Amino acid sequence: MTAYADLPLIEQLIRTFAALILVSSFALLAQARVVAAIQVFAWQGFLLSALTALVAWNSGLPHLYISAVLSLVLKALFIPWLLIRQSRRLGILRDFDAVIRPGLTLMAAGTLVIFCYNVVIPVREFTQIVTRDAIAVSLALVMISLLMLITRRKAITQVVAFMSLENGLFFAAVTATQGMPMVVELGIAFDVLIAAVIFGVFFFHIRDSIETLDVDQLSRLREMDE
Amino acid sequence: MADYLNLAGWLAALAQTVLFVAIAPLFANWVKRAKCTLQNRRPPPWLQPYRDLRRLFGKEVVLAHTASHVFRIAPYIVFGTAVLAASIIPFILAEIPFAAMADAIVLVGTLALGRFFLALAGLDVGTSFGGMGSSREMTFAALAEPAMLMVVFTLAMLASSTNLSTVVGFFLEQPLALRPSLLFGLLALLLVGIAETGRIPVDNPATHLELTMIHEAMILEYTGRHLALMEYASQLKLAIYAVLTVNLFLPWGISRTLDPASVGIAVLALTAKLAVLGALLALAETLVAKMRLFRVPTFLAVAFTLSLIGMLSFIMLEGH
Repeated sequence: MTAYADLPLIEQLIRTFAALILVSSFALLAQARVVAAIQVFAWQGFLLSALTALVAWNSGLPHLYISAVLSLVLKALFIPWLLIRQSRRLGILRDFDAVIRPGLTLMAAGTLVIFCYNVVIPVREFTQIVTRDAIAVSLALVMISLLMLITRRKAITQVVAFMSLENGLFFAAVTATQGMPMVVELGIAFDVLIAAVIFGVFFFHIRDSIETLDVDQLSRLREMDE
Repeated sequence: MADYLNLAGWLAALAQTVLFVAIAPLFANWVKRAKCTLQNRRPPPWLQPYRDLRRLFGKEVVLAHTASHVFRIAPYIVFGTAVLAASIIPFILAEIPFAAMADAIVLVGTLALGRFFLALAGLDVGTSFGGMGSSREMTFAALAEPAMLMVVFTLAMLASSTNLSTVVGFFLEQPLALRPSLLFGLLALLLVGIAETGRIPVDNPATHLELTMIHEAMILEYTGRHLALMEYASQLKLAIYAVLTVNLFLPWGISRTLDPASVGIAVLALTAKLAVLGALLALAETLVAKMRLFRVPTFLAVAFTLSLIGMLSFIMLEGH
């Protein structure tokens, strides 16, 4: 086990940031307040961008710096700002979106991490890049975001979960293949940006038609009051 | 490893335990003094806790009519387990013969035994406060102990041993590394320590008059030397968690031989580390408000999650 201590500091930093991102996804899963969830999401974006910059520095791939800046601007600043602005206009900034069975949800998240680790073991054998240990974390991030999507009721926290899922995919790209081609990355960044704007418009539509952002109401079919 | 049949080693370990027990009230008072200074109050004199203990030992014991022998022996067991726990953690000397007999899991078990008798004593007299205190203590203990054990397991996996002396030796021998598992383990241990020693976000050590009190509720019926032992045990427990935190996660300076120079350095280093930790605890207690009782399980769930992530990140990210 002494081999870990002999790694260069930058590789230890990359692993520490990967673990911090995992913590942020657990924190996101447990946040009940809308504003707190958005803030944790912003921190996750910041950590992700810092990790990307570290990987870029370590591997000397210049296009990763562009990804890092993109994710800093979009995921740590712009999208959280947009979400906070929209929820303030909707008057739900301080609302609670109770986590369904918080204890069980956290346990499930822990189980998912173990599951992802086991799934990724064969993948780790293929590659020799320094971030191969973090692939399991990126997959766990995707799974935990999916778990958050199904344990929340409000549209706005589901959107945060969806964005966090995209964070997980981006993380997977950075760790498994050292980033996607620039065209793809720019396309995805643009997609996410547009998605955030469209979600914003949808919030208003959902609220106008069912007078709440609680999407559980959508699963019930009933006649409109006339 | 130290030679366990060496008489000097045993004597040194005994002397270290005596010193630990002697300075525990001083550490509790240091935290209190730092807190008073931060809150613009006049701090108590340095020797105040010793005077309090002497006064309590001198007082007559008043027992409730309903008190059974459990109530009478509980203070001795609670104090005894605290002293036992204090004797098995590396304090000034890293390699102590006691550590070979009792590892980290025994340490957790010893603390649990003390807590069990504390809770029994709270229930024994049959007052509603005592029962409430015991029920709360056991609820929170059930959540704090797994987190504590997770931290212990993470350290044990890292050093391939549950022996605390070996763990400390392992950290001293290997080069300095940034390990996510230790980072989260440290955070989790701090949270567990705050909960277990009844510090502010969880319990308020400075009041007897709150409906949400935990520790004080259980010892409300104690007087005289019994109360003195209970108070002493809780001061010891605070010192145990503090020493455990600084010596497991920041072991630099701890002495590995009986050489007077290195022991001197160890005493200085430990004093500095404990002073900083106590000041940080006082600062945290000043800045943070006590949380609602029903929020405490969430607080401990955070500790458990952190320790779990610490362990998982050891397996996933440091598996070289």
